[in-house]
Amino acid sequence: MLKNVKCECGHVNPHGTIFCESCGKILEESEKDKKLIDMRYEGSARRSQTYNKTIIDKIWNFFSSVKVGVWLIVVTLVASAIGTIFPQEMYIPPLMPASEYYEDQYGFFGKLYYQLGFHNLYSSWWYLILIASIGVSLIICSLDRVVPLYRALKVQRVTRHEGFLQRQRLFGVSQGDKLEDSYEKVKEKLKAKRYHVREEDGNILAEKGRFSRWGPYVNHVGLIIFLIGGMLRFVPGMYVDKVLWVREGETKVIPETDGEYYLKSNRFILEVYDKDKDNEVFGDAIDRAGMVAKNYQSNVTLYKKKGDTVPGEKPELEKVKDFPIRVNEPLKFENFALYQSTYKLDELNKMTFALSEKQTNQEFGTVTVDLYDPKEKFDLGNGYSVEIVSYFPDFEFDENGEPVTKSRIPNNPAFVFKMNTPDKPDGEVSFVAIKQTIEPFGDNTYKMAFKGIETKNVSGLTVRKDLTLWIIALGGLVFMIGVIQGAYWNHRRIWIRRVNNEVWVAGHTNKNWHGLKREIGGVLEGTGINEPVDQVQEKQEK
Amino acid sequence: MVSLSQNLLHAAFFLYLAATVLFAGAIKDKRAKSKEAGPNKWGKLAILITLIGFASQLGYFITRWIAGGHAPVSNMFEFTTFFGMSLVGAFIVIYFIYQTPFLGVFTMPVALLLIAFASMFPNDISPLIPALQSEWLYIHVTTAAIGQAVLAVSFAAGVLYLVKDIDQTKPSKRTFWLEAVMYGLVVTLGFIIISSVFSAMDYKAEFNWIDKGDQQVKVEYNMPALTGPHKGELLTEGKFDPLVEMPAIINAKKLNTVIWSFIVGSILYALIRLILRKRIGAAIQPLVKKISLDLVDEIGYRSVLIGFPIFTLGALIFAMIWAQIAWTRFWGWDPKEVWALITFLFYAAFLHLRLSKGWHGEKSAWLAVIGFAIIMFNLVAVNLILAGLHSYAG
Repeated sequence: MLKNVKCECGHVNPHGTIFCESCGKILEESEKDKKLIDMRYEGSARRSQTYNKTIIDKIWNFFSSVKVGVWLIVVTLVASAIGTIFPQEMYIPPLMPASEYYEDQYGFFGKLYYQLGFHNLYSSWWYLILIASIGVSLIICSLDRVVPLYRALKVQRVTRHEGFLQRQRLFGVSQGDKLEDSYEKVKEKLKAKRYHVREEDGNILAEKGRFSRWGPYVNHVGLIIFLIGGMLRFVPGMYVDKVLWVREGETKVIPETDGEYYLKSNRFILEVYDKDKDNEVFGDAIDRAGMVAKNYQSNVTLYKKKGDTVPGEKPELEKVKDFPIRVNEPLKFENFALYQSTYKLDELNKMTFALSEKQTNQEFGTVTVDLYDPKEKFDLGNGYSVEIVSYFPDFEFDENGEPVTKSRIPNNPAFVFKMNTPDKPDGEVSFVAIKQTIEPFGDNTYKMAFKGIETKNVSGLTVRKDLTLWIIALGGLVFMIGVIQGAYWNHRRIWIRRVNNEVWVAGHTNKNWHGLKREIGGVLEGTGINEPVDQVQEKQEK
Repeated sequence: MVSLSQNLLHAAFFLYLAATVLFAGAIKDKRAKSKEAGPNKWGKLAILITLIGFASQLGYFITRWIAGGHAPVSNMFEFTTFFGMSLVGAFIVIYFIYQTPFLGVFTMPVALLLIAFASMFPNDISPLIPALQSEWLYIHVTTAAIGQAVLAVSFAAGVLYLVKDIDQTKPSKRTFWLEAVMYGLVVTLGFIIISSVFSAMDYKAEFNWIDKGDQQVKVEYNMPALTGPHKGELLTEGKFDPLVEMPAIINAKKLNTVIWSFIVGSILYALIRLILRKRIGAAIQPLVKKISLDLVDEIGYRSVLIGFPIFTLGALIFAMIWAQIAWTRFWGWDPKEVWALITFLFYAAFLHLRLSKGWHGEKSAWLAVIGFAIIMFNLVAVNLILAGLHSYAG
């Protein structure tokens, strides 16, 4: 450790102090020639300005520099802007892989954008490093400044050194013959303006709003809390982001709830604005847009599993509540929230066919196939029955010409029916798809005539759990408190000192000099003490 | 109710215009020499007219809210108009702190440009889509707009500072960039003029064209097409055939509007220069002769200090709360969100440079100008060009 510096006032300052924390006497030789002193951190000894030997010093000094901090901000700013030139990967339509999409849509620049990894910019390692560096910079910058600043403001004394007062931006001297009465008046006025007035040997230090000096550090703490909250998302169990598709009438287990909660959709509702029924002032806008959505709503029932169940056993469900999930009105339970995110209208649910004779069109009964859970055999009585030999919910022919299914969703259902009738005891086989029928074993006598469909709407709900929210919110709150504290209040100090037969007045504020000047003007008005002069403005005007 | 609302807005516009002229008169008045005397007769009249205009615009806002059943901040026209009103409001507050008519000469024209710009967009009262049906619409949008408006005052102060401070006797980089700012304002005026002219002529030309996905679609131009759409085919008879055809990935209609604005803006700028026979910056410099640079710098800084927390609260914090409710996540890297973050980062850098690096005066003024450019980019480009959740059909 280097030696501490003892000032002539008796106060012992840490090594590196520019002017005495207590009386303000200038300790640093190079500062003595300056007309005004730099009051930014009260001339206190900051670690980063004092030590530069070990590797730790170097890292500390790097991150404690505001210059580095500003560069980090600017680089992050530019990088963020680049990420908005083309849509990020998460926003592109799922038509084709990203590797093709960017080139296809945006040509050469799109390809370049993709190759440079800008399509996933905000989750790239280098962007995260930038954010992390800002976090480190926030911590080190704040510690480097707040500790010595706190010390300096705590030990400051009332009687300040002449050199300190002279080098304040606001400074003035008055001849002090008959100023005893004025002194009392000044003190009264200062107190009326809510200054905290301290007195020592007939000298005055009036101070207010010191807490605003802590604003920047408070808001930095808020940002750090916020960033920690952001990091916690990657801890397993903190964050859930799932989609739950549920059809009308269907009950499904809610993912990530360990099978505890089930959701039944009773109905999905889509409403659009109607020119005739809704507020007539919307008429023009509706004409312009064609159709404007008014409401997306899923009426659901939330169930909770009752007791323990053996896997495979059908659980017993207990109703928790009915709830209409709308956009902006999610269903909340425990730490989960279910949001109305998307929907599919009129998804095929059931199809009805009639077994009929081709020539006479005589019908021998109908079968209704549940496309999600088709029965294998339908007995129509009188010796008539229909079997479903094969079922392709999302049918297409593969490259070998074999029927296959693309998915489990009945987008294009196809069936192989076996029709058993009294006159054809071995049954006839028919392949039935939408708008086509194939009879693989020659002409049939009977057919499955299409009678109708039943559709259902499907709700696409986002299942969200985010245990980091309260930390993020706390970070935001602390940040706002800090920013307001620092921005809407000022730290003002007025020193009045008697030097021989004169009265010296000096003033300092961390911002809003205009306000301080007006306030000092008001305090000194009619007291015979001259208003201090703004030495910066004076210099400019010369 | 709707027509009353529109009339109140028009009244506000003309009152602001009158106030601008009066403010200019107030600082030109030779008797306004003494600093202590405060604003003179002209200045007092100007602020009175501004207040009446503001009240009138507030009337527009309230009546439109009643007519539509929701706060009028839900499309480009409404938002930009509100932004203009907030700017006037912010100016009024700053005016009463500092008693400075000269700030009006620079703030009011910006507000006028904003309101005129707003009226180039469809002013129908639009019904709210489900995502917008929330009280957070009012809370988030108005707070964000007020924050931006207060920050915009720092732009006005910045320009004022530069006009006064920059040496106009010989051309330099600084005079060039200040002229660039002036030119930008004139081009905005150009856009307003040309849009109004063609809209008064009721110009409509319809095209069939082939979009990115090889689909044939229709588009209606409201200005003669200089840049035609991809494989465009003019359907309306007797209208102007495009000079050049654009590839499908470029929105030829918007580009066309931009080109027209630049053409008209440039002609206008050339005319102004011909009449003035000097740079616009040089021409208005004598107006600001008596102004204290220090005070202007302080007003600029003060408005950033006041505006930054409001902006953060409205455009980031309230935005995140609402995004969590409506879009299931508080942050999703949507272009508008990112540009709000960029604005936040920029003003954070501004404050750090000022506090720690001593960037006062001119440097600070330039930063205020850049900051406003970012805000305008976020308003205009992000809504109309970059697609995203916030994009208003333009």
